[in-house]
This record gives sequence, structure tokens and C-alpha cells, in this order.
Amino acid sequence: MAKTGAMKSKHQRLILAIIALVAVVAAGLLAASALKDEAAYFYAPDDVKTKGVEPGKAIRLGGMVVAGSLKKAADGVTITFDVTDGKATVPATFTGIAPDLFREGSGVVAEGAFDETGTFVATELLAKHDERYMPRELEGMNYNAATHEMKADR
Amino acid sequence: MIAELGLAALWLAAALALLQCVLAGLGLTQSRDDLLSGVRPVAVCQALLCALAFLCLILLFLRSDMSVLLVAMNSHSAKPWLYKFAGAWGNHEGSMLLWVTVMGVAGAGVALLERTLKRDTHMATLGAQALISLGFYAFLLFSSNPFERLAPPAADGQGLNPLLQDPGLAFHPPTLYFGYVGLSVAFSFAVGALVTRTVDAAFARAMRPWVLTAWVMLTIGIVAGSYWAYYELGWGGWWFWDPVENASLMPWLAATALLHSVTVLATRDALRAWTVMLAVIAFSMSMVGTFLVRSGILTSVHAFAVDPERGSFILALLAIYIGGALALFGARVGTVREGKQFEAMSRETWLVVNNLLLTVILGVVLIGTLYPLMTEAFGHKVSVGPPYFNRIAGPLALMLMLAMMAGPLTRWRRDKPGLVAERLIWPALAMAGIAAALGVASWGKIGLLPFLGLVVAGGVALGSIVPLGKRNLRRTPLFVWGMVIAHMGCAVSLAGMAADSAFTTEKLAAMKPGDNVEAAGWSVTFSSVAPVAGENWSAMQADMIAQRGGAEALLNPQNRFFSDPPTTTTESAILTRWDGQLYIVLGDALDDGRWQVRIWWKPFVTLIWLGGLMIAAGGVLTIIGRERRGWLLKLRKIHAGDWG
Amino acid sequence: MAAEVAENSCGGLGLMGRILLWLPLALFAALALFFASGLLRPDERVITSKLVGKPLPAFELPQAASDRPPLSSAEFAKGKPRMLNIFASWCVPCAAESSQLLALEKAGVPIDAIAIRDAREDVDAFLARWGNPYDHIGLDARSSVQIALGSSGVPETFIVDGQGRIVHQHIGDIRAEDVPKLIAIWKGAQ
Repeated sequence: MAKTGAMKSKHQRLILAIIALVAVVAAGLLAASALKDEAAYFYAPDDVKTKGVEPGKAIRLGGMVVAGSLKKAADGVTITFDVTDGKATVPATFTGIAPDLFREGSGVVAEGAFDETGTFVATELLAKHDERYMPRELEGMNYNAATHEMKADR
Repeated sequence: MIAELGLAALWLAAALALLQCVLAGLGLTQSRDDLLSGVRPVAVCQALLCALAFLCLILLFLRSDMSVLLVAMNSHSAKPWLYKFAGAWGNHEGSMLLWVTVMGVAGAGVALLERTLKRDTHMATLGAQALISLGFYAFLLFSSNPFERLAPPAADGQGLNPLLQDPGLAFHPPTLYFGYVGLSVAFSFAVGALVTRTVDAAFARAMRPWVLTAWVMLTIGIVAGSYWAYYELGWGGWWFWDPVENASLMPWLAATALLHSVTVLATRDALRAWTVMLAVIAFSMSMVGTFLVRSGILTSVHAFAVDPERGSFILALLAIYIGGALALFGARVGTVREGKQFEAMSRETWLVVNNLLLTVILGVVLIGTLYPLMTEAFGHKVSVGPPYFNRIAGPLALMLMLAMMAGPLTRWRRDKPGLVAERLIWPALAMAGIAAALGVASWGKIGLLPFLGLVVAGGVALGSIVPLGKRNLRRTPLFVWGMVIAHMGCAVSLAGMAADSAFTTEKLAAMKPGDNVEAAGWSVTFSSVAPVAGENWSAMQADMIAQRGGAEALLNPQNRFFSDPPTTTTESAILTRWDGQLYIVLGDALDDGRWQVRIWWKPFVTLIWLGGLMIAAGGVLTIIGRERRGWLLKLRKIHAGDWG
Repeated sequence: MAAEVAENSCGGLGLMGRILLWLPLALFAALALFFASGLLRPDERVITSKLVGKPLPAFELPQAASDRPPLSSAEFAKGKPRMLNIFASWCVPCAAESSQLLALEKAGVPIDAIAIRDAREDVDAFLARWGNPYDHIGLDARSSVQIALGSSGVPETFIVDGQGRIVHQHIGDIRAEDVPKLIAIWKGAQ
């Protein structure tokens, strides 16, 4: 990149500075383009219903685990549960050891993809080490554990 | 009594820091030697008093003095003594006290050890260091007093998060702090040099050991933190791109760039202004990281941990120091004379490439860390996760590794492209060989990034020892060994990362005692599960027998329950073999007597941290190699009775 | 790298060089302003319950302390405003606010409490140590009522009017200076 041959000249500083500037701008653009995808990467159940996600596309699904929906399969390591954001609910399944704080009524962010039947197959569950954890994208929502309702005020 | 003594020592230290600033400032502006001669003794006394205050705090924690608010909030009389001890800095106030203590001690080090620097620059540096300390003293004394009393005293303490009850974590934050604060010395050097307008090779040589030391500490801290997350969180991952992790990575990236540019400045007297800029950026990143973690600005659900006043205080310090340094930079650097020039094909150029790539990675990580905040300002809430960071930082890091392969094989100032290419033949052949072998053996089975990672790691590993090829090994200077080992460490670490993501085998099963599972050549038998108790926890512990090729080993993963505050954690069991680690996590019990068990075989995963330690060891060798002569001279002087 | 230009600026790079020289400061100033704006919105981070102004959710909790009756939401719709304190025996700020709660009780404010994730022996010991200003205490072993209340931590205090509507939420421990304000709100709810 810096091998333009003109480095010997008096303008070496200028060339270096311009390279640096280009690099910084490039970093910004790189970050911006990747972040655009990243922002598109998070879905709440309602986004799934309204925008639609093609099966197999890796996304992050965030919401609350509907109370009473959590079930263990016979193999002992697969669980199924429903994720809601108060407007829509989608079924999800996960094979693995759920994090300690993953339970009904808690917030969850699941990474994975939808299968052909519309079930979300999670490869990873993120539940923060904080029992008040609320997925960042769903902050400002209120889950009522008594009535199992989510109030969305976005 | 101890608390009051500590507080008094802290106030006195703050007063001395103020005195140090005034002496240096007045002495320099009025050219008064009598004032300047007081700066060094004051710096040493300040450090001693501050260390005394910190010792007092440790003592209060060891004695579980519940009449001190900080102890009551963060400790517990039933806690093992090691965690009482570590509890002294496992909280906001204590860690800030550790911060100023390290800063003061580093300042005393600069006062006592530094001999080659021009006197005015030296004094300006000490003045700047005291000025920074002063801000943090004010922060401690006015908004985070660690010695505040609780009346009436608490019956017992609030405990400490059990996740934090881990020897690794007890000593991991202080190591990082030594790194952060070590960078403050580089920052002070930069300010001192800007004040006296002397940015030259001597300045770089004076600054280099401090940058190296800070960088070694940061490296060790990051490696330890990564290993802690790996075995404690029980997820099998070793880096999560969490804001707290990024806060330690960003200063490390800047320090790595600084380390290389300071070498250019010391050896070739080029890149003057850029080195000063990097010194400012490196410490700025330490402060920004601290701000992000401390202000709670990034973790918005921890409503009670957040004290807006504290955040504002750190932000004000940030604005004053970084803003001030950058303003000084803008005003002064134009008058610093231009450094030496170099040809397009030269080691300098590769180091410029290194600096640019590191800066770009730093920018990308910073933007990714701050992005959730930025979008929040516009009403969207977004989290940025590993896919973003891996996708961008991965390829950039590989490019950086390639530059690292070529740099040491290129001469300073001027070299012939043909000759450089010739020296690169062996590494290139190694890369081609690995690519071909991997391509045949596992085409389509491993991702592109791990594939490239393994290929580049092989090239860099070979490339890093080529500089030794034409040397007499016994006469090779220690700092060359340092560079070789550090670069080799990068290759080793990269190989571990790539091998882990390419070849890990994972097995998940619900097992009852007596069951057996096969995974990647291992046969794991779940023989029994029984309750065990520790000092402040109880657990269900499984006996798992792992067999491979006739050898047997017992692993004891636990599902641990802490009572105060009530928390459950999974304690993974790890079996290390030369070719990788067997990692077992015990999950929940099922109703029918079975237990969830997760087993990983991670080939060569240990190389990640081994490489990290090699990088740090390379840094240590370089420090010794570069500074040994200075130390010997100093020792001889002391022997001759000359302390000055 | 902007700085490299600067070294030449005296050599005639002129305006551009000088602008580049101050660019880092400008970038940093933008960042600092951005941080400051983030800090100036602390209210969003303190999670106030969405239930302020709304009726208290219905709940029925078991007894938490040996010498106090259990608590149900019915206690709050008997015509007189009451205070509801959320505490736990394992919480230091809760101990710190105990003298303020006693002062409120002395001023005639009836106070009920919910103990979060607690055990009866611990609650008894806590009350014996720090004083007991409460009329009823319910045990919320799994934080479910706490969550239903929209409370995000301990201690928190709600003022509920005679019809069972939440009129005020106090987050964090009650300091001495908060006491007159809370009494005023309680009186205003009558």
C-alpha cells in the first residue's frame, strides 16, 4: 500500500497522512457496512411475522420465554419453548444445556435459524448472568409474570 | 482507626500530587532549579502514602471490618481469606484506589529510574503524571471514598458475586490495571515531550520500557481473562466480544501499535508525531474503556450499580486529560521537527502497515462497542455481537500477521524487493504446503477463516525464526529473541484459535450413572453423582471417567449453588492433554434421574493461551535485553555511593 | 497519522495540514459530547414501573416473619393509603434505610413489606437487628410479585392510595432527606 515509490520525496509525510486518512475512512465504511447487516440480524417475534425470515438464514431471535411453554423432550437435552414480544409468538427449540438463568418468564436471545416448519432452531441461548436481564432490543417492554402478558411500549 | 489512617494518607498523597504539579509547572516556566529539585522526592513520597492507603484498605478487608461501608457491601466474614484479600479491589472504590496507587508507584519509578531523558522533559513528564493522579485522587475523595464508615456497622457483609470467587479473577483485574496505568506513563512522557518540544530517539528510548511493561501486563491480563471466561462460564468459548473484554482489548491494540512505532522512533528517528499521537491514544483507550465499564453506560439494566455522578466524574477527567493532550498536540506538534525519511521497501514501511492495520482494527472494535449507544440515541436498540467483530477483525488480523511475517525479514531504511521475496520463500512454501495438506484432508469441512488461520499461522511460525537463521545464536541480542518469541507466540495463538474453531467435537447427552458416551476418540463414563460442600457453596458433583488409548482420567464437573446471594453456577471440568482439552459441563438434573452432560474435545485449544504467554514472555525478554545495560550502570553507580 | 503532515506544516503544507492537526481533538470532542449525552439520560436507565398510576396487581403472599401476618393485595384497597416496601434480609441498603422506615412509621404511615428471595429465620433476624416498622410482611420467594410490580431491585418503596392504586415509586434506599417528601405524597394520597 505504501510502496508507491514516491516515499523518498519531500511529500513522504503527506503521502503517509493521506494513507492514514484513507485507512481510517476505510475502517469506518467497513464497520458501517457490517453493522448494517448486524442490525438486520436481530428479530423479535413480531418482526418474524411481519417481515418474514427465510428458513436457514442465521438470525438472532429475542424475546421473553412464555410461561408454561417450556418443555423437555425425551432425549433429556432438547427443550422447546415459545418466544414472545407481546405482539407475536414463535415456537423455538434448543438442544444443549440451557444457561442457569434461562427460565420461563425470563428474557432470552437465541441464535440460530428457522426450519421449514417455522420452528426456530437455536444453536445458542444467551441469557445474561443477571436475573433482570432483558434483551437490549426489547428494553422498554414489561413482562407481567402474573398475567403472562408482555406490554410493549415501543 | 485503620480506615481513618488510610483516608488521611490518601488526602496527604493528593496534596503531594498537587505540590508535584505546582513544583514542576512553576519550575519549568520560571526556570527555577530549586523548585525542580523537589519534584522527584515529592513523587516518591506521594507513591509511598498512596500505597499505605491501599494497604489499609486490604487490612480492613482481611479483618472483615463491617463498620466500613465498602467492606460491608462487598465482603463477607465467611469468605475464604484469598477472596477477602482480592475483595479489596473487586469493587469500584477499591479498584480506583489500586489505580491511583499503581499510578503513583509508576510515577515514583519514573522519578527514580529515568536517567537518559533531558531534565526538562523528565520534569514535565512527572508533572503530567501527577496531574493525572490528582484527577483520580479527587474522584476517590469526593465521589468514591473507599474508607466511608457505616453506622451502625452491619452484622455481616453482602458477599461477593460467586462468579467472581475465582483465583483467576482475583488477580486478573489488577494485572490489567498495571497495564492501563502503565500506559499513563507513556501518556505523561508524550505530554512532557510536547511541552519541551523534544520528540526524538532519546525520548523514544526512555518511553519504550514503560510501554513494553504496560503491554506485557495487558497481554497477561487479557490472556488470563480469556482463560477465566473459558473455564468459568462453561460455554467452551474463549472470547465473547463483550464490552468489558473490548475495554481491555482496545488499549492493547493501541499499545501494540505504539510499541512498534516507538521502536521505529528509537531506532530510526522517524514517525515522531505519530508515536506521540499513539501514546495519547493508548492511554485514552484505557480511560475510555474504564469509563464505559464504570459508568454503566453500556449495561443499562443494572440500575443500582449505576451512579450517574461517577460516570460524569470519569467523563470530566477523560475530557480534561485527553482533550488537553490532544489540544497540546494540535498546538505543539507542528513545531516538532520532521523525523528521518525512509524508502518504500524498508522495515519502517512494514511497521507503518502494522500501525495502520492495528489502528483500523482498533477503530472497528471501538465503533462496534459504541454502536449500541449511538443507535440508542436515535431510539433503536441494537446489540452488536461476535459475528460483526469476527467478520471484520478476522481478515484484518490475518493481514496483520502477513505483515508481521515480512517485517522482520526486511532491512531498516532501504531494502530490495527481490531480496525480501527471497527471504520469504520458506514461509511461503510452508503456507502452500499447509494449504495443500488441509485442502486434501478436510476440504469443505472447515470454514474459510480457520483454514486461512492455520495456513498463515504456519507461515508466520516459520517466518518468525528466519531472522535467526543467519545469526550466531549465542550472540543474538536478547531483544531479537524477544521479538522472535513474541511473533512466534502470535502464530501459536492463531493456530490454537483456528484449530479450536475448525476441529472441535461436541457431544451432548442425557446420562444416568453407568452410561457411556464416545466423543472424538474418547470414551467418557458417567460413574456417579454426589453432593459436595465448599466453604460457602454446595454442589452436585459428577465423577466422569474419560478413557483414551488405555489411559484413564477422572473429571469432576459440578453444578454449584451459592447461598449468599443465591446463585447457581456450572463448574466445568477440564482435562488437558498435549493435543487438546476435554471439557465437560454438568447441566441440570432431569426428572428421571438422568443428567444433562455436555462434552467437548478441543484439539490444541491450549495453544491460544500458550501463544499469549509467549507473546508476554517475548515482551519481558525485550525489556531485559534493552534495559540490562542501563540497570547495570545504575547498580554500579549505587555501589559507588552515587544515588543521584 | 494526521500528525505526520503537521511536522511539515511549517514547511508549507498550510491549511490542510493545520486542519488535520486538530482533527483528532475534534473527533474526540464529538465522542465526549456523545458520552455526555448518554450520561444525561440517566432516567431511562432507572427503570420506573409502568404501573405508577395503575392499580396494584393482585397477589397473595405467604407469611415472611414469625410475628407478622402475611400480605395480600387486598390490604391496599381498604380506603387508607399505605406504603409498600420491598426489601430483603440479604440487602445492605435495606438495612441502611431501616431508620428512615421507622421514622415514617412514627409519623403514622402504615407500612407493609415484601421480602424478596428470603427465608423466615433470616427475616426474623433482620427485623430483630434493624427494627420492624411493618404491619404485614409477605414472602416473595421467587421474585414473581416483584416482577409483576415492575420493580427492578431492592430496596424499593411504593405508595398505594386507598383504592389500591400505585401513586408513587421510590427506587433505592430511602435517605433521611426523602422522608418528608414521602410523607407529603402519602398525605396527598388520602
